[in-house]
Amino acid sequence: MEKIFQKLSLASASLVFVILVGIFITLFNAAKPAIDEFGVDFIFNPAWNKEVSLQTPAMTTDVNPTTDSIEDDTISDEDDMIIDEDEEDMMLDDEDEDTATKTIYGGLVPIVGTLLTTIIALVFALPIAMGIAVFLAEIAPKNISYVVGIAIELLAAIPSIIFGMWGLYYFAPIVADLVGGYQVSLLTAGLVLGVMILPFMAAITRDSMNTTPAVLKESAYALGATKFEVIKDVIFPYSKVGIIGSIILALGRALGETMAVAFLIGSIFVLPEAINDPTISIPVAMANNFGEASGLGESALFYLALILFIISFAVISLAKFYFLKKAK
Amino acid sequence: MAVMKIKKFSFTYPGVDHPSLKNITLPIEQNKITALIGPSGCGKSTLLRSMNRIHDLYPGNKYEGKIELLDLETGKYNNILDIKKENEFIKLRQQVGMIFQKPTPFPMSIFDNVAYGLRIAGIKNKTELHDRVEVALKGSALWKEVHDRLGKSAMGLSGGQQQRLCIARAVAVKPEVLLFDEPTSALDPISTGAIEELIVELKKDVSIAIVTHNMQQASRISDYTAFMYLGDLIEYDKTENIFLNPKEKQTEDYITGRFG
Amino acid sequence: MRLLVNKIFLALSIFSAVIGLAFLGWILITLFIKGLGSFHFNLFLNDLIDGGLRNLIIGQFILAGLASLIGIPIGMTAGIYIQEYGRGKYASMIRDLSDIMMSAPSIVIGAFVYAIIVVPTGGTSGYAGAIALAIMMIPVVINTTDNMLSLVPRELREAGIALGASKYRVILDIVIKAAKVGIMTGILLAFARIIGETAPLLFTSETSNYFSLNLSESFPSLTVSIYDLANEPEESSRDLAWAASFILTVMVLIINLTGRYITRNKK
Repeated sequence: MEKIFQKLSLASASLVFVILVGIFITLFNAAKPAIDEFGVDFIFNPAWNKEVSLQTPAMTTDVNPTTDSIEDDTISDEDDMIIDEDEEDMMLDDEDEDTATKTIYGGLVPIVGTLLTTIIALVFALPIAMGIAVFLAEIAPKNISYVVGIAIELLAAIPSIIFGMWGLYYFAPIVADLVGGYQVSLLTAGLVLGVMILPFMAAITRDSMNTTPAVLKESAYALGATKFEVIKDVIFPYSKVGIIGSIILALGRALGETMAVAFLIGSIFVLPEAINDPTISIPVAMANNFGEASGLGESALFYLALILFIISFAVISLAKFYFLKKAK
Repeated sequence: MAVMKIKKFSFTYPGVDHPSLKNITLPIEQNKITALIGPSGCGKSTLLRSMNRIHDLYPGNKYEGKIELLDLETGKYNNILDIKKENEFIKLRQQVGMIFQKPTPFPMSIFDNVAYGLRIAGIKNKTELHDRVEVALKGSALWKEVHDRLGKSAMGLSGGQQQRLCIARAVAVKPEVLLFDEPTSALDPISTGAIEELIVELKKDVSIAIVTHNMQQASRISDYTAFMYLGDLIEYDKTENIFLNPKEKQTEDYITGRFG
Repeated sequence: MRLLVNKIFLALSIFSAVIGLAFLGWILITLFIKGLGSFHFNLFLNDLIDGGLRNLIIGQFILAGLASLIGIPIGMTAGIYIQEYGRGKYASMIRDLSDIMMSAPSIVIGAFVYAIIVVPTGGTSGYAGAIALAIMMIPVVINTTDNMLSLVPRELREAGIALGASKYRVILDIVIKAAKVGIMTGILLAFARIIGETAPLLFTSETSNYFSLNLSESFPSLTVSIYDLANEPEESSRDLAWAASFILTVMVLIINLTGRYITRNKK
């Protein structure tokens, strides 16, 4: 019985490893057609779901304009320009129009969207989260700290789709009024994302700050330091590592956020020219397109998922292992 | 007659290169109380914890020598350091019980606490369980205080009561030997007195080894005393001799308070 | 001068806390007003096809419940392994991997389950959705079990072993019991988290307008439907989305607060 229990618990624990590896392998396999087709340039190509002519002059070795065997040639993956109308008209054989185009996918726009929304979220949330953490850890008396702490944690418990609803109908219009531009944009998505990661950052920062030994703080006060100085010169340096860790961890979470961003980012595959332009992020691209996608398009979505997974994994690992090493 | 014979026993903790116990030879006499005394770090707790092999919860220990336990049924001595199998460990701990420094009531009712050892030994009969629990609680001088609330949580008892509960729990299994690891150091003087009386009562049925850093306690209740220092056994003798007429100078220095 | 800087800093800090609370209040008030505005008890009696939310609410609970049936035992036993049986590197690695998975993007997990279950079985299903939720739940339960078990004092385990109990009995009878309250809170909080999830369900179990207990096809989900409704042009759909949002938030907050209330008593 003891043996059975031991083996059972080992199996459960190993399942974690299996799932993680499974996710990676599955994503990679599903993304493979897209990876093979587009390679690393996928990351830099802003064209998504665009028809591209196969008949560009510099391309084929054996040209017979009337045949449709051109697809068999090694087609360059570097097509990153949408062929404009004139060049399409240069296609030599009208009958070949169907077979002479292919659809290409490039992930630049969602990747950029993901990174930029996250950065905006971070910039917005950081000062507020730090302020809240300081308030909870050092300023508020115990009861208030407790109650406000619970309130902040409740903010964290609110489902992301609710942030989407509130963001779209209440927060975004106000932002758009203040700053101009679209209501659904990189900016509004980033700001709502910021509100979402706010409580998380605040809580971990507060916990880090609370690890500062009381004697250290007391020594500083005993020298006549003000609260601000104690926080600046004693607490923050002491808990610096934990604070940075919390920031990076929040970043990791923001990268993968879907629903709130889906409501607010606009969902178009266009690189934003201004911060208040609509665009798209990886999770939103997936959320919106998975249902209808198939073949290469679906594979491209998995390629995006793989990229997101790798980036998140790297960021979270960095936070956990470099900054937030727990002493157990 | 000795119920346990420790012969040239050395012990090294995992990951450490020098032994914490060196070549200890010492008997635990049947139905007597043997006290292990000495300054902090002398190895007395380490020795006690070897006697029920509770060290083996944390793998990597190195043993040398023998610790022989008398099997009451066969009359033979078995070296408990040879034990490797799970069920043999279980049997050992049913023969050699332990009470810890901090009272450790399980998060269950008073009755369930005392019955725990019996239940895992396979005793299911309700009457038998009830009888043995009653006997054990009476034997720990706790029955009068708790007999009307056996179903209540053990966590509600006072520190002294909790420790007596732990003793009742250990005694219920009817072990040969009971090991006490500084059982009263976390208790107030009145509870301490009660437990000391209890331990003296218990030796009628069990053989007892007790680690204590309180010399007066050792001289009060024990029949034999072993004085240890830095992993060595310095002197072992009847308690009166150790305290009134020690043979070793180190023993005398410790007894008279010159160090430790 | 120093005192002035100090005062300003403190004021800023208090101001941030106010901002944080303000956001919370703003969201809750919005939900209250918009949600209650579209609220009527028929929402609980009708299914989505008839303009109600009944099938969605029940469906969401069923999905979360099934996910818990899978996720809680796995998470707890894995947590037990890491804390009680694990030796060195492997246990540490699992603990770390589990922590990473806790913050992993939920949409990626949805894609994963899509690939391994929805595609081979030929369609969306409640089972797939529940499994996606379970995968999200497991690391959280592991984390909470691991932490709560680590708080149980060493001597309690030794006392059990000293009585001749085998390790698994000590774990089940004594250690888990001692950590029971903390673990329960952790589980409740994990449940509250997954019942509010949308992304993992989007292409695994999708949603349904009809009442259904059939887990082998698209299964009604409150969260996914909120997303669909919000994207529909009709005003009535939007109102329904708000009512649903209100109900969802109340559900999540109640479960969350219940979990906290349980440990509050322990203090």
